[in-house]
Amino acid sequence: MTSTATEPVSRPGATPAPPRQHALRRFVRAFAARPSGLVGLGILLVVAGLALCAPLFIGNDQLNVVMVNGPTLAPPSGGYPLGTDQAGRSILLLVIWGARSSLSIGIMATALTMLLGSSVGLLAGHYGGWIGKGLMHLTDWFIALPGLPLAMSLAAVMGQGTASITVAIGVTSWASTARLVRAQTLSVEARPFIERARALGAGNTQVMLRHVLPNVTPLILVSSTLTVASAILSEATLTFLGLGDPTSVSWGSMINSAFSGGAVTAGAWWYLLPPGLAILIVVLGFTLTGRAVEHVLNPRAVNGR
Amino acid sequence: MSTAPSTTPAAPSPAAAEAPALEVRDLHITYPARAGRGPARAVDGVDLTIGQGEIVALIGESGCGKSTLARALVGLVKPTSGQVLHRGAPLRHTGSALKAHRRQVQLVLQDPGGALNPRQSVYDAVAEGPRLHGLRDGLTERVHGALSRAGLRPPEEFTARFPHEMSGGQQQRVVIAGALALDPSVVVADEPVASLDASVRGEILKLILDLRDSLGLSALVVSHDLGLAWNIADRVAVMYLGRIVEVGTVEEVLLRPRHPYTRALLSVLPEAGRPGRPVLLQGEPPDPTAVPGGCRFHPRCPLWAALDGPARAEAGCDRRELPVLSGEPAPGGLVSCHLAEQPDPIGRPVAETPLEPA
Amino acid sequence: MSLLKVRDLRVSYRTGVRESPAVRGVDLTLERGQTLGLAGESGSGKSTMALALLRLLPPSAKVTGQVLFQDEDLLTAKWSRLRAVRWSEASVVFQGAMSALNPVRTIGDQLMEPILLHEKVGEKAARRRAAELLENVGVPARRLRSYPHEFSGGQRQRIMIAMALACRPDLIIADEPTTALDVMVQAQILQLLTDLVREQGVAVIMISHDLSVLTQTCDRLAVMYAGRMVEHGPSEQVFADPRHPYTRALAGAFPTIGDPSSRRAPTGLPGDPPSPGSLGAGCSFAPRCPEAVAACRTREVDLWPAGPRRESACLRVLPEFANLADQPVADQPVANQPVKEGGAV
Repeated sequence: MTSTATEPVSRPGATPAPPRQHALRRFVRAFAARPSGLVGLGILLVVAGLALCAPLFIGNDQLNVVMVNGPTLAPPSGGYPLGTDQAGRSILLLVIWGARSSLSIGIMATALTMLLGSSVGLLAGHYGGWIGKGLMHLTDWFIALPGLPLAMSLAAVMGQGTASITVAIGVTSWASTARLVRAQTLSVEARPFIERARALGAGNTQVMLRHVLPNVTPLILVSSTLTVASAILSEATLTFLGLGDPTSVSWGSMINSAFSGGAVTAGAWWYLLPPGLAILIVVLGFTLTGRAVEHVLNPRAVNGR
Repeated sequence: MSTAPSTTPAAPSPAAAEAPALEVRDLHITYPARAGRGPARAVDGVDLTIGQGEIVALIGESGCGKSTLARALVGLVKPTSGQVLHRGAPLRHTGSALKAHRRQVQLVLQDPGGALNPRQSVYDAVAEGPRLHGLRDGLTERVHGALSRAGLRPPEEFTARFPHEMSGGQQQRVVIAGALALDPSVVVADEPVASLDASVRGEILKLILDLRDSLGLSALVVSHDLGLAWNIADRVAVMYLGRIVEVGTVEEVLLRPRHPYTRALLSVLPEAGRPGRPVLLQGEPPDPTAVPGGCRFHPRCPLWAALDGPARAEAGCDRRELPVLSGEPAPGGLVSCHLAEQPDPIGRPVAETPLEPA
Repeated sequence: MSLLKVRDLRVSYRTGVRESPAVRGVDLTLERGQTLGLAGESGSGKSTMALALLRLLPPSAKVTGQVLFQDEDLLTAKWSRLRAVRWSEASVVFQGAMSALNPVRTIGDQLMEPILLHEKVGEKAARRRAAELLENVGVPARRLRSYPHEFSGGQRQRIMIAMALACRPDLIIADEPTTALDVMVQAQILQLLTDLVREQGVAVIMISHDLSVLTQTCDRLAVMYAGRMVEHGPSEQVFADPRHPYTRALAGAFPTIGDPSSRRAPTGLPGDPPSPGSLGAGCSFAPRCPEAVAACRTREVDLWPAGPRRESACLRVLPEFANLADQPVADQPVANQPVKEGGAV
């Protein structure tokens, strides 16, 4: 009978497992063989777990500056493992709560970056001529623009808040992804199977979506994990500068409060260190995971066979 | 991409029964000048005809333009001037015309491993052509049929496999199946067996012959290998620097070659017990950006090198242009050479003159 | 003393827990100034064997046997001795030579490198020698300052040959030296190799899948299949009158123009060259052999005499199998089996 399924039709039992599952199993096995990747993944899982479960054990009474009643700017003690801030809130709980904001902004900004950058890169790589050149000029322009001042201007224009930070980060980081994706697109399109697809009658859309995109996706995946790390750093920087939502807690804003609250002069290291360390640990987690994924997907770079 | 996909092959014109399967007329393909280099005349005036059910071999060395010509036949490269005709109807480079053309004229490339998307299963690779042309009814039958005709039987054993799980010969069969899935009338093959193991070549060549015999498929096979022409071709055209220098049946061109380039190529083939000494041409073919004037082969031609001043002035190989050879089959074959027509000073026809002083 | 004597060379690659044999017991002898052609396809082990001679294989390869180069076993020689032998006494023209040149250094530098390493001469003398080498292979000496990308494929191959000759070695191993080249350039390179080898008395092991090329340039011919040598002898005799069905198939793959038996009749073998891990008992060629008999699948094959200075690893050369009619015919050759994952491509 006729079949319009896109999966290959085959006699049951006569063919091996569908290759996508096979490839996934291979990927998981290879990833599990890299200790650094497992460490990175572990860090991320712990942090994500804490961030997601935070509402279960952190309530408004611990976050609202009016409602807390702990000692102000107290060093670490039994009841407050990481000390308190100038309003009396537990630093530990603040760090955990801040993870939610930092991570979510980081991930959303990354999604925006990857979407924008991949689209531009794919189109620029596929279409030569005016479109390609124009897109690359645009990309180069954005690369040349200094990221931080641009982000600050954008955030200032759009007003304080998470949305403006997310957009600001996305707008300033997409260009390097676009460059990367364009290079990979060019290399994929030089391969003979693209020519064959054209000879069979494929148009531009079909070539890009069916042939180029699946071959560029591994690169985008790796790039994403590394981009999240830098997005989180950017978020911290911007909120530290006071551009974020003043009412929400994030690691950057904690460092900001620490400075403006006089923690330095008071010698309250427990206020400055934890958020910075948290950023460090999360960035490390993403970087280790990203590198491990890269090594798994590109074994030739490692083995030197 | 808003044109409706055609589900039937283009109706042949009334003269289709007589018209050759594929034809090029006065084809010129020139790549524009780039920094520091002039324009490259990749194809510099070619007439070629492939009759229905005929296998024509296009032989030449790298840089002669044969691959560019092959791609122009499939519509992948737009000619600077001249025409590509399928069954007498000229090809226009519009989206719908190209698409209709590609249902009839298909391409098989050199490197089968590279020609298949590593992420596509065999089924998807073969089904791609029909899907692009909107032939979704009976797609599975079509794919299985194409795989069987390409020699991969039973087809169900291969549909779920991926290219890297198959040998070079099998991959090339998949590529051929992908071309067959559209029921083309002509296949253009660019070095179809050059990347394959020696013991597998014969099987793929046999397949091309079988497809001609069983389906009436016409073929243009582009290669640098004269032995391949001997194995499967009916007619052969020898190409040098953008022009065809000799054309005729395989027996005419390979057994009684007349152009000095063809003769030199045949003389260096490493076969034990060949009569005569091999004629090694000096250097390599020049770049298509620097095509010599007059006969483009004259700087490397051993016959020209053997002539003295007065004889050279009379022959005019460095000044007089040669006409483009006709694409139609002509008895005895055609050769594009000033000296092939003239007897040499001793009076023997040039084809029998040894290429080097004895 | 023979220049090179190889005894029972075996090479296997360790991939994970599996060991796949690439070369399964090869013997060969080469005298000074002699040329040997090594024919085979992918999976035959010919390139592996050639690289094993100079211990150029990666650490994952296990090499056993003896490689006696001028009566000195290279497989057990000390590292310093091996380095001294490499290039100054035995050099290699690698497969894909065109990309074996470093793109960011001039060819002059690359030519001078082995000279400076092995011979105690100053830079000026090395440059003079490099210029001389270039002229010998037909490239003008003034191109010493050019970079590899400024040359054509044929010229780069000539440069590789010049590099191989730089230290006046006794042995050159040429791995597919003309495979990617045009017919005319191939003829030029082969002529060059033949002339140089004759002038300097260098022994050559040339590897190719093209039997006719090897017959033209080499005195002796050896054919490898699935890691073993299946036939060897004087090249013209082996080509004209093969004593092994595989040699016959290889010879037929490149037809003689003018031979009516190959006109519109390409000959090939069904199936594919075997992958190293999938070999069973008996003759490894039997699954594809058009002349196989039942005994071919069970009996161990070895190289048996098949004429003066000729040997063949086919049961048919044995007197007991000489009469075809007596033997039960084996099953049909297996065609178009899907290759298992990891098979030879």
